[in-house]
Order: sequence, then structure tokens, then C-alpha cells
Amino acid sequence: MIEGNVWKFGRDIDTDLIIAGRYCNISDPDELAKHVFEDFDPTFAGRFVPGDVVVADANFGCGSSREVAPLCLKAAGVAAVVAPFFARIFYRNAINIGLPIFELPDAARYFEQGQGIRIDPDKGTVVNLSDGTSLQAVAFPQFMQKIIGAGGLLQYAGERLRGLENDR
Amino acid sequence: MAMTMTEKILAAHAGLSGVHPGQIINAKVDLVLANELSAVVAIEEFGKIRGAEKVFDPRKVVIVPDHFTPNKDIQSAQVAKKVREFALAQQTLYFEVGRTGIEHVLLPEQGLVRPGMLVIGGDSHTCTYGGVGAFATGVGSTDVAVAWALGEVWLKVPPTIRLEFRGKKRPWVSGKDLILYAVARLGVDGATYSALEFTGEGIADLSVAERLTMANMAIEAGAKNGIFAVDAKTESYVRDATDLSYTVYESDPEAEYAQTVVFDMADIEPQVAFPHLPSNSKPVAEAGDLSIDQVVIGSCTNGRIEDLRVAAALLKGKKVHPRVRCIVIPGTQKVYLRALQEGLLETFIQADCVVSTPTCGPCLGGHMGILAEGERCVSTTNRNFVGRMGHVQSEVYLAGPAVAAASALSGQISGPEEL
Ligand code: SF4
Repeated sequence: MIEGNVWKFGRDIDTDLIIAGRYCNISDPDELAKHVFEDFDPTFAGRFVPGDVVVADANFGCGSSREVAPLCLKAAGVAAVVAPFFARIFYRNAINIGLPIFELPDAARYFEQGQGIRIDPDKGTVVNLSDGTSLQAVAFPQFMQKIIGAGGLLQYAGERLRGLENDR
Repeated sequence: MAMTMTEKILAAHAGLSGVHPGQIINAKVDLVLANELSAVVAIEEFGKIRGAEKVFDPRKVVIVPDHFTPNKDIQSAQVAKKVREFALAQQTLYFEVGRTGIEHVLLPEQGLVRPGMLVIGGDSHTCTYGGVGAFATGVGSTDVAVAWALGEVWLKVPPTIRLEFRGKKRPWVSGKDLILYAVARLGVDGATYSALEFTGEGIADLSVAERLTMANMAIEAGAKNGIFAVDAKTESYVRDATDLSYTVYESDPEAEYAQTVVFDMADIEPQVAFPHLPSNSKPVAEAGDLSIDQVVIGSCTNGRIEDLRVAAALLKGKKVHPRVRCIVIPGTQKVYLRALQEGLLETFIQADCVVSTPTCGPCLGGHMGILAEGERCVSTTNRNFVGRMGHVQSEVYLAGPAVAAASALSGQISGPEEL
């Protein structure tokens, strides 16, 4: 169960806002986390409480393919990102590295900054703890559940690779 | 089963006779690209895959150090070193400084991407290769690592949106203007998860370079890939680059499209996209009086020889406005040499431009032309997000090479007609 407070964002939040290009030669997740959303709000990293949840409007994560975007969110302690839909590479990357994301139609309409939120990752239910509204996120396709079930794409690949070797 | 080009390429690589939008497939990849930034993360991830020691096929793995090269600082040098060592140890295709260039200019030029191929790359602008009729899409580093190990990628078959350009282009309009115009119509999320298929008389007229420019920015509308039919121009472009074989796929006339958007070329003037989204474009004639500090001509969008020729033709015998810094960056060593042989470099230098070695450089705010607070830049690159080229309070205006060169001369955002 994921439970925390909401950090609210608008639409088209791009990967440059999540982590600026000038930091993309950093690979240490903790170092990256210090600069999360820096160009959006330089005080964000200092104020964000690990375990809290990002709720955004449509097209979250648009722009570059930088995997450091979901990585630095994860490292900063973002427990989940909820949005009506995600830019596709961000969506892939988040699944592949294990950052919980939830597609919830009109997500931004149901939450205000600082409200409480609870998410049941298995059922996909999203509850606004401040006003009691209960919502249902879009279910993941089966194939992705397999990746998530394996613990991420790398683990899944390891299983495949051993499977392939057995085939030979 | 009637299919689009995109569907046919995906089906062929998944070993299926047909696929439909929404279907999830495991497809064989013909080429896996990474730049130094995505490679360095992918190398870490590759190391975590149990049982993975060698890449699946070193001739299908290409690594191009281009973002912060020649190394801009110690950190970048460390990254480049790690990537180089991996490439040498794995014997992948690798382009060192002096032989390298911006990945998406380099790969088509080297004949490494060809019609009908399935290419993935750890860079969002991998979609560029749809310009030569390949299916190409950007992925993250974990996907790259897994593709290195397995030679496969999981993909969701995208629905295809057809963009039809009717009529002939107006003077000074280039592929860049068409794509800026289309992205503005579609919005930055108008094509999310979809394939964009570019068709119509207006497209047949374009050079392969312009098609690559347009496919490059498919991602700016959120698309998974952009793709163009293969014609005589494509074939002669590919034949000039390589003798390697390729397969031509055509969309069936009865193929199903999620949507068809028709553009009348008569409506499309030279464009400029205002900060801070690529979809904020308007005709340059409506830009108003906006003085500028810098111009960048280059990048994977417009760093080809054709782009430099357009810019040089306007700059020849003139001087860049005294207040403006004009930075010209040929996309690859080959483009650089061609520009030298054709006398373009001399034109640029005599016009007071600075000419850089091939690099992504300022495009992503890396180096070689970072903007200070309050500065304004007209750039032939593809993104104008907040802080993309430097300070968060700097501004990037996206345009084609003609508008960029004209603006460099006048010192404000202006079209080539105004000269
Ligand atoms: S030129 Fe810019 S957009 Fe193109 S690959 Fe380099 S950084 Fe990315």
C-alpha cells in the first residue's frame, strides 16, 4: 500500500523539468535526487518528503528518453506518479526500472497540493484521503504485469536468457 | 490482413503474419543504438542481467559518443572512457571523436539504418530513421541493455495517424517548417503512443534530408515513430551510403488509420516555435520584434549538408548582426568535410560565425553555446523546453536553417523574405 501526501503538477511536465540536461552525466541516483524538479522549483528537493506521491495532469514525462528522469524520482523517494497518461518513453522507463506509475483519467481534477492519497498497487485503486473519493486506475496489460512480477525488465531478461540457453 | 508500413515491419520482426494496434509483441532488433549518456547507464544495467556476458551481435550494436564530446569536463571524460572500454571489449560498432558525429545524422549517412529495419535507440530522436522507411523508436537504457543481451525488444503496436500534405511548398519552406506546423496542429501529446505516417505530394517533393528532419521531430508530438514511404530518392540515398541489403515495405491501400490529418501546403509559411514547447509555432512573419543574442545552426534535426547550404546561401557576403553570436555545427565529420570542400565554412567564417566540431553541444545545454539569464536564441534544434539550452530564464525559438540564418543577420527573429 502506498500512502502519502500529494505534490501536484500540471500537464506536459517534460523530462528537462524533472532533471535538467546539465545533470545527465551524473549516474549516482542520490546525487541526481538532489536536483529533481530543480528548474521547476529549486526548493523542491529540500521540501519533498520521501513516500509522497506526484499527481500530474496529462503527458507527464514528455521529451527526452533519459532514464535518469524516473530514476531520480525514485531516488528522491517518490512513491508513485499518477497522471491521466504518460509520455511513452517515460512510461516504458518507469515500468522497466520499477517506479510505480498509475494512469488515472482526469487525475489532476481529483487532487489538490498537500492532500492525502492512498494507492493499492495490486487493485489499482486510488483514494483521496482528504475527501474520501475512491478512483480506479487503468490496469496494466498482462505482459507488463509479467515484467513487474519478475521484479523489472532486467530480471525478466535474465529469466529469458536462461530460458534461451536451455533451448540450445 | 491490410496493414500499414509500421505494422508490416513490426510483424516481420516478431515473426508474425499480422499485427494490430495495441498488440504487445517481442520483436527482433536489427540495430541497437546508444549515445554515451544512455550507454553508460545501459552498461550498468547490462551487468545486472544474470547470464549476460556478450552482446547478442556486436555488428548490430552501435555506440556513438556525441552529447558532451569532445569531452567537456572530467565527468564527461569519465563517462566517455567507460563507454569506450565497453565498446572495445564487446567489439561493437563505435565511432570515436574524429570519426563521430551526431548519432542521428551519422547513422543514415553511414548506411547503418536502411528501409525496413527495426531500430531502437537510447535516445528519443531515434525516430529520425523513419525518414528512410525504417521503424525506429527511442527507448530507455534498461531497454537498451536488455536488447544488447537478447536482441529483442517488447513493443506495443502503435495505431497509425496519417498526415497528408497536399500541394506544393511555398518559397523558403523546408521540412522543418512542415513538421513545426504539424506538431502545432497535433499538440505535444497529439500523437502519443502512435505512429505518424507522412504522405502526400508535398512529401514526395522533399529531399531525404528533409524527411529525416521531419521524422526526427515525430517525438515532439509524442509519437512512437514517424515513417515515410520508400521512393527513388530514398533508394538512391541509401545506395550512396552502402551496398548492404534492405527490404521495402509499403502501406496497403486498405490499411486502417486511427486518423488522417490533411495539410494544405499553401497554408504553410516558414515557422518559428516560441518557448517553451515545440508545438508553440507560428509563421515567422507574425513573430513581432524580438531581438536575439544567439543563433545555433546544427543538431540531429538540421545539421546535414543541405541545411548548411541553405544557411550559407543567405549568409554569403554578409555579416552576422554585431550583437549576435552565430554558432554553426556540422552534424558529422563527413558533413564538416563536405562543407569545407564546398566553401561553406569560409562563408560562415567570413560572415562572423563560429564553426564547431560535430557535437550535440548547446542543443541540450551541454556545452559550446550555453545561454545566460534572459538571453534569446533562434535554434535549428528540436526542443525549446525551459532551461533546455542554459539558464532557466533563457529562451529558445525553434526554426529551420533559413529563418535561423536570416535572424542571425538581422539580429531579430525574421524570415528570409525580409532580407
Ligand atoms: S542534437 Fe540534440 S536532440 Fe539531437 S541527439 Fe543531440 S542532444 Fe539529442
